[in-house]
Amino acid sequence: MSFPLLTAAAALPAAGAIVTAAVPAARRTTAKWLALLFSLGTLALAVAVMVRFDPGGDRYQLTESHAWIKDFGVRYELGVDGIGVALIALTALLVPFVVLAGWHDADPLETHSKRWRPTQGFFALILMVEAMVILSFEATDVFLFYVLFEAMLIPMYFLIGGFGDRAHAGGDDRAAAQRSYAAVKFLLYNLAGGLVMLAAVIGLYVVAGNFSLTEIAAARASGELDMATNTERLLFLGFFFAFAVKAPLWPLHTWLPNAMGEATAPVAVLITAVVDKVGTFAMLRFCLGLFPEASRWATPVIIVLALVSIVYGALLAVGQRDIKRLIAYASISHFGFIVLGIFAMTSQGQSGATLYMVNHGISTAALMLVAGFLISRRGSRLIADYGGVQKVAPVLAGTFLVGGLATLSLPGLAPFVSEFLVLVGTFARYPVAGVVATTGIVLAALYTLVLYQRTMTGPVKEEVRAMPDLRPRELAVVAPLIALLLLLGVYPKPLTDIVNPAVRHTMSDVQQKDPRPDVEAAK
Amino acid sequence: MENLIALLVAAPLLGAAVLLCGGRRLDKAGHWLGTLLAAASFVVGVVLFADMLGKGPEERAVHQRLFSWVPVEGFQADVAFQLDQLSMTFVLLITGVGTLIHVYSIGYMEHDERRRRFFGYLNLFLAAMLLLVIADNYLLLYFGWEGVGLASYLLIGFWQHKPSAATAAKKAFLVNRVGDIGLSVAIMLMFTTFGTFAFGPVLGSAGEASEGMLTAIGLMLLLAACGKSAQVPLQSWLGDAMEGPTPVSALIHAATMVTAGVYLITRSGAIFNAAPDAQLAVVVVGAVTLLFGAIVGCAKDDIKKALAGSTMSQIGYMILAAGLGPIGYAFAIMHLVTHGFFKAGLFLGAGSVMHGMNDEVDMRKYGGLRTYMPVTFVTFGLGYLAIIGFPGLSGFWSKDKIIEAAFAKGGTEGWILGAVTLLGAGITAYYMTRVMIMTFFGEKRWQPAPDPDTTAGVEPGVEAAPGEMPHPHESPKSMTVPMILLAFGSVFAGGLFSLNSAFVHWLEPVTDFQHGHPPVSAAVVTTATVVVLLIGVGIAYAQYGRRPVPVVAPRGSLLTRAARRDLLQDDFNHVVLVRGGEHLTRSLVYVDHSLVDGVVNGTAAAMGGLSGRMRKLQNGFARSYAVSMFGGAAVLIAATLLMRAV
Amino acid sequence: MNPVNYLYLAALLFTIGAAGVLIRRNAIILFMCVELMLNACNLALVAFSRMHGNLDGQIIAFFTMVVAAAEVVVGLAIIVSLFRARHSASVDDASLMKL
Repeated sequence: MSFPLLTAAAALPAAGAIVTAAVPAARRTTAKWLALLFSLGTLALAVAVMVRFDPGGDRYQLTESHAWIKDFGVRYELGVDGIGVALIALTALLVPFVVLAGWHDADPLETHSKRWRPTQGFFALILMVEAMVILSFEATDVFLFYVLFEAMLIPMYFLIGGFGDRAHAGGDDRAAAQRSYAAVKFLLYNLAGGLVMLAAVIGLYVVAGNFSLTEIAAARASGELDMATNTERLLFLGFFFAFAVKAPLWPLHTWLPNAMGEATAPVAVLITAVVDKVGTFAMLRFCLGLFPEASRWATPVIIVLALVSIVYGALLAVGQRDIKRLIAYASISHFGFIVLGIFAMTSQGQSGATLYMVNHGISTAALMLVAGFLISRRGSRLIADYGGVQKVAPVLAGTFLVGGLATLSLPGLAPFVSEFLVLVGTFARYPVAGVVATTGIVLAALYTLVLYQRTMTGPVKEEVRAMPDLRPRELAVVAPLIALLLLLGVYPKPLTDIVNPAVRHTMSDVQQKDPRPDVEAAK
Repeated sequence: MENLIALLVAAPLLGAAVLLCGGRRLDKAGHWLGTLLAAASFVVGVVLFADMLGKGPEERAVHQRLFSWVPVEGFQADVAFQLDQLSMTFVLLITGVGTLIHVYSIGYMEHDERRRRFFGYLNLFLAAMLLLVIADNYLLLYFGWEGVGLASYLLIGFWQHKPSAATAAKKAFLVNRVGDIGLSVAIMLMFTTFGTFAFGPVLGSAGEASEGMLTAIGLMLLLAACGKSAQVPLQSWLGDAMEGPTPVSALIHAATMVTAGVYLITRSGAIFNAAPDAQLAVVVVGAVTLLFGAIVGCAKDDIKKALAGSTMSQIGYMILAAGLGPIGYAFAIMHLVTHGFFKAGLFLGAGSVMHGMNDEVDMRKYGGLRTYMPVTFVTFGLGYLAIIGFPGLSGFWSKDKIIEAAFAKGGTEGWILGAVTLLGAGITAYYMTRVMIMTFFGEKRWQPAPDPDTTAGVEPGVEAAPGEMPHPHESPKSMTVPMILLAFGSVFAGGLFSLNSAFVHWLEPVTDFQHGHPPVSAAVVTTATVVVLLIGVGIAYAQYGRRPVPVVAPRGSLLTRAARRDLLQDDFNHVVLVRGGEHLTRSLVYVDHSLVDGVVNGTAAAMGGLSGRMRKLQNGFARSYAVSMFGGAAVLIAATLLMRAV
Repeated sequence: MNPVNYLYLAALLFTIGAAGVLIRRNAIILFMCVELMLNACNLALVAFSRMHGNLDGQIIAFFTMVVAAAEVVVGLAIIVSLFRARHSASVDDASLMKL
């Protein structure tokens, strides 16, 4: 048996979490370095997964399978396709930056006692989330996936509720109340989604007799497993509901602005760039893979919801006064694009959606982390409290602008490629939806540039005057992300090479072919 | 030789990367590096041009494929270049004028502490603009298209600490984005129609698509062109864009970027030729903008805004010519090139005047400057003669051809278009003469510069000593030399291009050419043009040359007042789009909070209320718990018995 | 004698015990009523055992007696300590078991 690379990629951060949590209270810095080390090790393993993965090979590779709960046919079954590989790479890539960006976010204040331990807890929780997210991208057993999907809520709950912006930490009771409201809201929304999914998981077991994604999909494709139309639709809706909460899709989105607004910037990145991707990933893998007929049946409604998300999220972003909530609403708009690409049922749309998940992760991380650095300097999240930052901190402003330009999908930066693919893929099948989604690019420019104009340009505000520029640690977080955005914007081929075969499989799952061009079709 | 094409873009791109990431170490030498790399790009362009001239007319187009950009199932986008005669024309214009403006900026931006960054942005612009014109597919063109938009955004807002500059930059980007919807939808339409968006296959098989589809593509391309080239109805950003430093106005908002729309339409000629309805729309947009820009140009007292109105109007000529089809493409491009020379020259001249006048932009506070700035006066004057189409100078050759082509369109349409272009020529002569007289002739009207706080448009970085008399002086060599070179272009380019119709033959393999036959002979058209021109000059002289120009603008007629406000188009935008948008977003924020979130929070509150009531059952009396136990047991037993019985 | 009569008696005793638990406040009386209910059960069990000719019921009755004895020990201890703390044997005074 070969080395269980997939298990290792998830086990390493889990081990890191335990080790980090066990560090004595006084050795805070050791804990930070350990967390960084473990996350970098995970990145190395993710790279190994990428290298070992053969785009031309089987659909699921590096598979592992062990019995877990024999009586119910639950197995510990892992395997990755190209989409999984891309998202594992994204997760493993972002977590070191999250750790580095959050270096001082959980430091004790002067009022805390010497034995204050949450610093260790903060980093241990981050690693715990990483482990579960990576494993959920690998799981090909529906039950195993479900367990992880729910379990990752626990560390996220503590990360959101336990650690706020430095400016508010300590005595501010109102901020603490808002934070706990946000954390509870996050938990309840996702638990509600998870419960519905649990019902669907049990239903699937009753119908199919086991939990293995590959076996069920194969049985469905060969006609051995025949589901009644209504059964399939109900099961589909159960799964989709859970993923739509996590993604989040309008109108199930309201937990995200609260959670991202109240959490520290690195945790916000963890929510939107990493954890939420499990939702859209699962739509591709489970909704389309297990219930192709029902997916096609639900497509019109889902496309409308996605369009509403795109336009609605963008319009609300324009109206925000809080930097972090603005980015959260922008993310809702972007998740609309991802869902649109998935359900457009064209190769371009689905490749675009997968790339979008990766690119959105990187671009939001860049923008959000710089915003976090900005907020930590002034101690306010309100846009109106800033002005003229460009004059005093040009590097910070410059990186903020690049992050913003990535968010508005400027060509040359990675998100453009994916957004355009999604638009083209949608337009090919649903021209009207394509055009409506295109208006999103104007609105994206509006909220990004308004944010930049209000915070960075104009006369220098008094409170901002003494603001220091990016420190080396902060630059070390932002510069690689920006470099990556540029690289993937100009040369996304390494990523598309991995993703394309997986998309081909998904397209054959749902039995769809790309529409042919008019001129060719006429011949 | 074709491997050199990538170098055209690479040189300025390298400059931008080094200058923007290099940090303060490069402050001393940054501008030289930027200028050098722009010049290098120009040299590469000339080498490629020489190589191209050595080949037969049909074999001149060269291609270079670098790598596959976005390879996805059924979707191929390459980073690949195509350099044909049309692209070559643009390459030489962009790198040539670009280099001159780099040189000019060395002097103009001398006192600005962020000069390195300025040159970085200029290099970035050159790279993006070159990418736009040498791309071999529409998606890569889109890349360049947005790239120039970004550079324009950065440069308009270069003096970011001025709120007006930051707002103008944002506005320019946003209006352009509206146009970009057009370009992206056009690309999507091409993809669904042809399965590709590379120039070769799309333009080659344009005839096979249905006319309706081609019309749709054409209209979308027109929308894109309207955004980038400041055509009605997306013209509102160009006037505000004058907030940028003057070299930027000269390079981006006069000579090159704003002409990208003309390039797009000319490049997509095969599509427009097969879609007459789309062509008609192009012509209408061109004609309307031509008059719109000219009227606005007549009323502005800000020298740069007057020139911006003129730019709009001249690009209207080009768009109109491009809409005429094969009888006009070549002339559109020819006017574009000559306009590139004289308009860049005029802007540089205006910059030179401002440089000497403590950055005053109000022409009513100029006057009599010809003796103080002789070089500026002569070069500006030559540019002026060129733009009004004085016989023999560049503008005459290119504009006259467009007017002829407009008449040659035929039918009532031809007469209307011809009349509009003729009228435009007259108005051009009027407003340019007005600018010329107000700036260089008459009494000097400058006074001690008022307090900088109250003056709009004071360009910082350059020392504006308050309360001091402006002492107009000639600008340094680095600024005058580019002006002189551009003046040469303004004088001779048109004539040179017209020798044996050289320019038309040069472009013919790409744009196709048909000789248009105006209903009246060409000589009559030319005469009419000259007559209209003289009338325009005469009226302006009567109004501004014969009487002193008031320092405070008179109230003016209704039309004048409307024209000062850009014919109220901005007010319309403000009321409908800005205000309306604000209300919309504000109400949506409210809806999201109270309705979407409210439903959820309401459910939570209902649950809380319910459990609050249920809690009362838990009263702590052991005996009441016992009652419920006994009751429950009794019910269970009863139920069991009942089930048995049934 | 018909063993069914014993069952009627058991039901009667159980009802008396239950009513006592529900109605009375004094912890000692409550306690006695609980014992009454237990013993009613015992009676029923033994009666069933006899009716079905099966010893299971009698064995369970012994278990019940043991449980009852254990319950008395623990219960009386609680009542005594409650009385010491509150000087009252009324169960309604001990109503802390609520939110």
